[in-house]
Amino acid sequence: MPGSIEAGPAIEGRPTDNPVEINQKWCKGCDICVAFCPKEVLTRPEGGKAQAAHPEKCTRCGLCEVLCPDLAIVVTPAARKGASPRGQGGVSDA
Amino acid sequence: MAMPVSYYLRTSKMPHIWCAGCGHGIVLGAVLRAIDSLGLDKDQVCVVSGIGCASRAPGYLDFNTLHTTHGRAIAFATGIKMVKPEMKVIVLTGDGDAAAIGGNHLIHAARRNIGIATVCFNNSIYGMTNGQYSPMTPTGSYASTAPYGNIEEPFDLCDLVYAAGASYVARGSAYHAILLWKLIAKAIATDGFSFVEAITQCPTYYGRRNKMRSAVEMLKWQKEHGVTVAGAAKMPAEDLAGKFRIGELGARTRPEYTRRYAAIIDAAQRGEGGERDA
Repeated sequence: MPGSIEAGPAIEGRPTDNPVEINQKWCKGCDICVAFCPKEVLTRPEGGKAQAAHPEKCTRCGLCEVLCPDLAIVVTPAARKGASPRGQGGVSDA
Repeated sequence: MAMPVSYYLRTSKMPHIWCAGCGHGIVLGAVLRAIDSLGLDKDQVCVVSGIGCASRAPGYLDFNTLHTTHGRAIAFATGIKMVKPEMKVIVLTGDGDAAAIGGNHLIHAARRNIGIATVCFNNSIYGMTNGQYSPMTPTGSYASTAPYGNIEEPFDLCDLVYAAGASYVARGSAYHAILLWKLIAKAIATDGFSFVEAITQCPTYYGRRNKMRSAVEMLKWQKEHGVTVAGAAKMPAEDLAGKFRIGELGARTRPEYTRRYAAIIDAAQRGEGGERDA
């Protein structure tokens, strides 16, 4: 059900699936995203690639995306009324 | 509208060759977000590089791109800007490429104030050739050619380029990626010569030799040692030792070279201003 306690109240138009997309072919497993995610959304199995293990904790701050040296992460900004798909709510507005 | 970074990549060339945790990918991401935030058309942009790890960047980019000889990126870029002054010409270079091999091109481009934006990926080492010290290696750091520690003083590249005449100089770091992106965007939008030094990490050849075993540790070092220009102004000099200033370090308006050149051609064609008229 969208809007579980952990994910906070449901925001209109907000996709409920995983907001952190990691290109497994580009990720080299450096652990930067794992170390700097303020909400501990990401993990990496020993010898493996980064995974969004706790997408429900993601605030879409976009830090993992800008700090990924492999350009492998895309964080989907929350959709808002009248916004273009990537136009608002991401770090690009910072 | 903001596009994903992959829109500007030759995705068939990815993943890139840089080591796991290399900061160059973070700096490249900042360059691409800067270009995107300025709304530049891909065909309007030309990215030029020299030789070294950083200089591999244009191979992954879906713009007009040119990978040139060691230290000469700015020389080639000067040619491109002279022929196509309307084009946004961006040089991506490393600390060895820009400060050592291409040091003269760098200072003279700044002196002329030609409209080229240069982003120097400063990882304090020659990574591609296994870690020799560069003109940007901090004093006391270890390198394959400094096994007892580097006895030289590094340049302050931003001060050097500003003193040489550039319109805009700034410094960011891979850790301060969003600030870096904003600084690069301002550099690209600058009319004359602009220069952004991006402090970045080489975990493979610099970190391992200098007691920073991972990219994460190196990014934390950047976080702890980067001081904003405003913050630095309030700090006593001794507290700034070993730290680096980030943000805009210099901005001024000076005539841009290609426009001066166009003006003198125009005057000559009108038969004005020649030495015989003096």
